[in-house]
Amino acid sequence: MSHGHDDDDSAPGDDHSQVLAGVRGYAVGLVLAAGLTATSFWVASTHVLWGPGVPIGLCVLAIAQMGIHLAFFLHITTGPDNTNNVLALAFGVLIVFLVVAGSLWIMAHLNQMMPMAGMPQMTDLQMQH
Amino acid sequence: MSDVARDQGGGRADRHPHHDPHRLGRVSTGSGTHGPASKRIVVGYGFWIFLLSDIIMFSAIFATYAVLQSATNGGPTGAQLFDLKNVAVETTCLLLSSFVCGLAMIAASTRSMMWTQIGLLLTGLLGFVFLVLELHELADMVARNAGPQRSAFLSAFFTLVGCHGLHVSVGLLWLGTMMAQIWAKGFTPNIQRRLLCFSLFWHALDIIWVALFTIVYLLGAGQ
Repeated sequence: MSHGHDDDDSAPGDDHSQVLAGVRGYAVGLVLAAGLTATSFWVASTHVLWGPGVPIGLCVLAIAQMGIHLAFFLHITTGPDNTNNVLALAFGVLIVFLVVAGSLWIMAHLNQMMPMAGMPQMTDLQMQH
Repeated sequence: MSDVARDQGGGRADRHPHHDPHRLGRVSTGSGTHGPASKRIVVGYGFWIFLLSDIIMFSAIFATYAVLQSATNGGPTGAQLFDLKNVAVETTCLLLSSFVCGLAMIAASTRSMMWTQIGLLLTGLLGFVFLVLELHELADMVARNAGPQRSAFLSAFFTLVGCHGLHVSVGLLWLGTMMAQIWAKGFTPNIQRRLLCFSLFWHALDIIWVALFTIVYLLGAGQ
């Protein structure tokens, strides 16, 4: 309790609980993350599942695992003491989304607009392997 | 329940119950009348913002990779190059490394020198195994004429995976200096703050690896 006066606020990564509870938190996070990772690898290598749904499923599993990491390893919570950290995270996620989705959208659009005969596509988006 | 505790913790704010309806005057959040937040809070928040900017930099590299994924110029594709078993071992190493790093932070909070050093050493060893496997994979690809010069796809691949590998390497150097600092100076408050930053960095690298193995390896191998 050396920083007991901080009880109402926390930095990302902070863990105010006792040792056992802390270890249990990390262990739960590890089990959940390992489960999601194993599921991802299974989904990618099996042929049981409906093919076109696999990429979406993999993305959902990845986002779920990132959430597990944030909650159990980085201790980003929804508590009132974590508002600053969550707001910064939300802004980061917004920028990441804009950069990735915007790039994909613009480049796919460019490829559609410029089907020049005899010229290779800028990014070979039509050449799905 | 927690509101009651918080009210008691609010101390002086209780003298004027109508003066602070939203309990803005909580102790040392930096938003009340009790002065700025403690250094640990400020340092952690600042480093968290650095990590988010680092993640945004990675998002640009991810976007580049996603755009150039099919631009193989007649060369080998991801499905021909990637070995998912190797990737699974790498993923396991990094995940366990992140977990042990968390345990080392708990040991550090109890000021146990032996367990902290053991935890950090294990963290570093697992990270090192990850790095060796990744370098081996990249060297193998270069040897098979699938280096970064071969196609736009491979340039983007080497940039993305190499950038993550570079971060892990820097993290390992940082880890080594942290172990030396704990050994030499003990668990002083500023060493604890540096440890907090290191653990955040290491966990964030694992988050980026989750995106990386999903988008690059799993989606790439399935095409």
